[in-house]
Amino acid sequence: MPVSKSVGARIKRREDPRLIQGLAHYVDDIKLPNLLHVAILRSPYAHARINGINTDAAQNLSGVKSVVTGDDVKDVIGGIPCAATDPEGFPGIKVPHHPVLATGKVRFVGEPVAAVAATDAYIAQDALDLIEVDYEPLDAINSAEAAFADGAPVIHEDWDDNMAFTWSIAGGDVDAAFAEADHVVSQRIDHQRLVPNPMETRGVVAQYLPGKDQLNLWSSTQIPHLLRTQISVMLSMAENHVRVIAPEVGGGFGCKLNVYAEEALLGHMAKYLGQPVKWIEGRRENFLHTIHGRDQTGDVELAVKDDGTILGLNYTVTADVGAYYQLLTPAIPTLTGLMLCGSYTFKNVQMNLKAAFTNKMATDAYRGAGRPEATYLIERMIDVVAHDLDLDPLAVRRKNFIGKDAFPYETGTALAYDSGDYTAALDKALKIADYEALREQQAELREEGRYLGIGFSTYVEICGMGPSAAMPAGGWESSTVRVDPTGKVTVLTGVSPHGQGQETTFAQLIADGLGVDIDDIRIIHGDTDAVQYGIGTFGSRATAVGGTAMVHAMGKVKDKVVDIAAHLLESNPQDIVIEDGKYCVQGAPESGLTLGEIAMVAHVGVELPEGTEPGLAESHFFEPPNFTYPFGTHIAVVEVDADTGEVEIERYIAVDDCGNIINPLIVEGQVHGGIAQGVGQALYEEAIYDESGQMITGSFMDYALPKAHNFPRFELANTVTPSPVNPMGVKGVGEAGTIGSTPAIANAVIDALKPFGVRHIDLPLRPEKLWKLMQET
Amino acid sequence: MTPFDYHAPKTLRSAMRLVQAFGDDAKVLAGGHSLIPSMKLRLAAPSVVIDLSGVAGLKRVTAGNETISIGALATHYAVESHRLLPSKCSLLPETAAEIGDAQVRNRGTVGGSIAHADPAADWPATMLALDAQFDIAGPDGERAVAASDFFVDLFITDLQPGEILTQIRIAVPAECSGGAYVKMRQSASGFALAGVAAQVTLDDAGNCASVAVGVTGVAPAAYRAHAVEDALVGQGIDAVADAAAHATDGVEEFQEDHHASGDYRAHLARVFTQRALSQAIDRAA
Ligand SMILES: Cc1cc2nc3c(=O)[nH]c(=O)nc-3n(C[C@H](O)[C@H](O)[C@H](O)COP(=O)(O)OP(=O)(O)OC[C@H]3O[C@@H](n4cnc5c(N)ncnc54)[C@H](O)[C@@H]3O)c2cc1C
Repeated sequence: MPVSKSVGARIKRREDPRLIQGLAHYVDDIKLPNLLHVAILRSPYAHARINGINTDAAQNLSGVKSVVTGDDVKDVIGGIPCAATDPEGFPGIKVPHHPVLATGKVRFVGEPVAAVAATDAYIAQDALDLIEVDYEPLDAINSAEAAFADGAPVIHEDWDDNMAFTWSIAGGDVDAAFAEADHVVSQRIDHQRLVPNPMETRGVVAQYLPGKDQLNLWSSTQIPHLLRTQISVMLSMAENHVRVIAPEVGGGFGCKLNVYAEEALLGHMAKYLGQPVKWIEGRRENFLHTIHGRDQTGDVELAVKDDGTILGLNYTVTADVGAYYQLLTPAIPTLTGLMLCGSYTFKNVQMNLKAAFTNKMATDAYRGAGRPEATYLIERMIDVVAHDLDLDPLAVRRKNFIGKDAFPYETGTALAYDSGDYTAALDKALKIADYEALREQQAELREEGRYLGIGFSTYVEICGMGPSAAMPAGGWESSTVRVDPTGKVTVLTGVSPHGQGQETTFAQLIADGLGVDIDDIRIIHGDTDAVQYGIGTFGSRATAVGGTAMVHAMGKVKDKVVDIAAHLLESNPQDIVIEDGKYCVQGAPESGLTLGEIAMVAHVGVELPEGTEPGLAESHFFEPPNFTYPFGTHIAVVEVDADTGEVEIERYIAVDDCGNIINPLIVEGQVHGGIAQGVGQALYEEAIYDESGQMITGSFMDYALPKAHNFPRFELANTVTPSPVNPMGVKGVGEAGTIGSTPAIANAVIDALKPFGVRHIDLPLRPEKLWKLMQET
Repeated sequence: MTPFDYHAPKTLRSAMRLVQAFGDDAKVLAGGHSLIPSMKLRLAAPSVVIDLSGVAGLKRVTAGNETISIGALATHYAVESHRLLPSKCSLLPETAAEIGDAQVRNRGTVGGSIAHADPAADWPATMLALDAQFDIAGPDGERAVAASDFFVDLFITDLQPGEILTQIRIAVPAECSGGAYVKMRQSASGFALAGVAAQVTLDDAGNCASVAVGVTGVAPAAYRAHAVEDALVGQGIDAVADAAAHATDGVEEFQEDHHASGDYRAHLARVFTQRALSQAIDRAA
């Protein structure tokens, strides 16, 4: 029985049974005859010259097929690409060559130096110990500050300093705003470096078919098509002879929106060795050599009037981007700049960024990618303003909110917010929280020496990335919708879901649109030989952009189905409706036709209306006119243990507005995980490199991820403000939780410590830090 | 992985024979929760691994009227879930429940934890507070060592090469005795930044007749906080706060890393000593 209206229903994810039962196929599940296993020798030094590499002993180990070094591949594999290096956007940008295997010098711990292919993974690993590298250690740089210090060692010797690039944005008249201000509220704010930590680490299998001159590359990636293009360039192969497959992908959070050394290296080795090769990243390797997120430190100044009206913002910031660029490294902090005005009306805004090369892994897109920095900064600063001017943080927010009648709203950074009602989300969250009672409880507990804190985040963010003009590598998306002769529907989509649930939500849209059972719909993604070109899954774009492409393709299919039905029923297309899963003249379902019957006619090809092509498949490429801008209010209630500084999250309320909702269950899941990751940044996570450039948080024994027992039951709700940007009115929800939650927790903890005169604390809010602050007063 | 020979003896006697035959080249394997990661990281590279998990009798946990015995190969979960332990000695299951997560407790062993002597492991604190005796089989037969003589330094115990820890014996605490284990978890690993086990017996007047406090996570090895005990014996609950202030008396070196400074760990030792003692006294009453 077709589900008559599946959009909006809490349908369980169709992908989960195979994931839960261990029936899914990840990269590591791929087994090919004669498969060789690759292990990568990585630099133990943050910064060193390579004076020589001796691979003889490794080469001679029984079972070792090949050892390759940087010198072996430097002329045959191109550099690792970066898509955001335009000197107009990034004045003075230095674009260092980024080799797949180091030559001459290593620049961060974990940088690939050599690769071994062997008959099993253990032999490959053992062989690494036999490679002798003559390193000459150099002084290492572990922060942007150290990179810019006088006399700092230079990481890329083609230039004479470590300035990677600069970037700035300005809107309105910042000087006038500060001249007019009653107060200038300033604070230095740090956004610590984070490790994305998908459950599945990266992995690559490559197979070369000489008869067809074809390279098959399986990779745990979010962007199979972009990867294919880049790999073909790096390996000088014709793009149509490269097939990239993203099989089941166990999470990415942005870190698989990239092109990595191993992907090109394995492609090369498969071809050169004539045998398929596999490399599966270990967790420690993942810590060292999969991109990191955040790592900005800056000084914020707000120009404020006595009543809390914000007139302008000035942000002077340095970013520590690591030793090389990955695919989008320079673009990430630009998203921070674009979102600095948050949900507030001030338009005088300026950001000046200097980015430094350091001896660390590159930063790049991690869940939120630049927007969490902006949101944390402005949401934190609102509370600092409230603190300094002795105002209620809620009053400051309300005073500065963009009103619901102001949309579409142009920001000081020239974005056009599509739709919004920030007050509605805030009011709803306050009601759920029972805010007045919470403040009373807080006052009572303080009497007893217990420290409850209430923190807000009234965030807005960017989703549905995006118009191509605003993107480094295309912002459109594609889909083909095909009805097979028996009426089963196959959807090809250019997005590459890896946990977001589009096999379910896309099927819901098709089920309603074409009047078919959801079980008769299959969503195919992540195989460049099966799917027309697409951009991929990131920036909460898959549904807003990819889903829209699919809905348009489906519309074309449906038009044709209706034409054929009208012809067969001797009626007019405009009189055809879907009733009980049949295309029929209104009120006469008994004489109607199923999609299968019509599809068969379309494929047999003899009863078609004149001029109609046989077959039933249509494609659409959708270029979105704008981003979408989801928003919401998060409220955190925490208690800080006065004896130990430990933070307990007592309640967490999130009212998110992601436009229309296709599947509430999936939206909640995205929000749950998002909140957890944002709380991780607020309370636990930090990638620390020591002075010598060693990462001292390189395993789960030392890098703290949030755990289930750290959380209360989330109290979730929504407001629904449809987006005008796409016909479904959806916005996106993949990153909202992460973006919204970090400042809510930070503000709550700092609110709890108000009696101790605390104004600001940098993240993560470790117990010791809090305990020390409580001792100081 | 460096190649090694693997043996899986079925009896303690054959295990002992293997241990003695291979000497320093051999490592015994319990749950593998510490040994296997060390081997994967190539910090340990034994040429012989002797797996104790099939040795008869080493997994048994029994709670008699006077003595509780825990086989060295008993898992944390076996202690956590034992039917009689909550009433006979609640400190044991309470400690077990604080270790890692369900998978860890199903795999990790009490003996492995004690033999490994991680400075942040939970069991050493509790074993000290319960005056546990460790039965050790060696080349010259059996010997018993008190917990207070066993934990020497960072990952160093009184166990000698060629010896196997076989069981842990604990005297069932008296009627009016209570215990408590409290810890702060290191936020990544879940091990103790500071963990304190207290076992207190009250006299008829409700004062402390005996007090035992074990502290882990703070110093290179878990230790008995004798100064706390001395300050509290003969006193009631009102004296707990003052007594707890002595929790790190005599400690010369503190554990220190990016998770917590030595000062903070020392502070936590005092806070958790106070909490553990208050709860223990509460339960004893
Ligand atoms: C993810 C994780 C989280 C954990 N969390 C905690 C925690 O919160 N608190 C905590 O206290 N512990 C924790 N542990 C430790 C765990 O519970 C084990 O107790 C510990 O790792 C010892 O492991 P095992 O029992 O498997 O012994 P193995 O790893 O097999 O052995 C450890 C060492 O002891 C030696 N050994 C083992 N048994 C004997 C014996 N009978 N006689 C002589 N020598 C022996 C071995 O040769 C080896 O050197 C955690 C471990 C993991 C993996």
